Amino acid sequence: MATLHAFANPARFLKIAKPLTPALFWAGVAMIVLGCWAGLTQTPPDYLQGETVRILYIHVPAAWLGMGGWSGIAISSIMFLVWRHPLASVAARAIALPGAVFAALCLMTGSIWGRPTWGTWWQWDGRLTSMLLLFFVYLGYMALAKADADRGGDGRVPALYGIAGSVLLPIIRYSVVWWNTLHQGPSIGLTQSTIDGSILWPLPIMLAGFTFVFAGIVLMRMRTMLAVAKSEARMRRMARA
Amino acid sequence: MNPWPFVTTAYFVTLAGGALIALLSYLAMRRAEK
Repeated sequence: MATLHAFANPARFLKIAKPLTPALFWAGVAMIVLGCWAGLTQTPPDYLQGETVRILYIHVPAAWLGMGGWSGIAISSIMFLVWRHPLASVAARAIALPGAVFAALCLMTGSIWGRPTWGTWWQWDGRLTSMLLLFFVYLGYMALAKADADRGGDGRVPALYGIAGSVLLPIIRYSVVWWNTLHQGPSIGLTQSTIDGSILWPLPIMLAGFTFVFAGIVLMRMRTMLAVAKSEARMRRMARA
Repeated sequence: MNPWPFVTTAYFVTLAGGALIALLSYLAMRRAEK
């Protein structure tokens, strides 16, 4: 916990974030390139879905980041409310846009995957509808955070919203168990998977690659917000002088 | 039904979307840190 408090100092954070941003981003890009090559050329087609199974390698990371992004917002919001770390609030706001983008990409790739396998672009089933709700919750968070910042708020309202929104995460996760849906049931767990290893192996590479790129983007956005805040503080000091 | 148009479109949408948000974030960071 002491380490966490130490990183809450913006100057110390920037010292680490500056070299870490390109390192994470380019490592992620390299892994995505490797994962795309493996997923598109080195794995066999599925016995039922054929070649469309290759959409798995981009759809699952997009879903992982769409949901993981909101987990990041919720954790940062708790840290902000409990310990008043200003960086936690910056992190939550920095995660929102890339999280929303990946939630949208999850919906789009799922829709593209659904057409040849289910025969439809969209179905109002539990998994698809709850993921769409998460996307709208992201939009709500961004609007709320902007409104709060514009009126000089202290960030508590968006933080509470960030925590409340996390109720959707278990609903999305267990939607395929609770309701009989068109979407397949859980096929990838922490210790085992129902997908054959010959098809599954590029997925961890893609998950790690997209996660690194996502982290790089979040760091870029946090650095932007800190630089803007610093510039605004300087302008205010000059106006007072 | 030929599956490849669906596969390539899905990859294109994801990679283009990811690249776009990364580029916009990078440009905003450079502008702010100048």
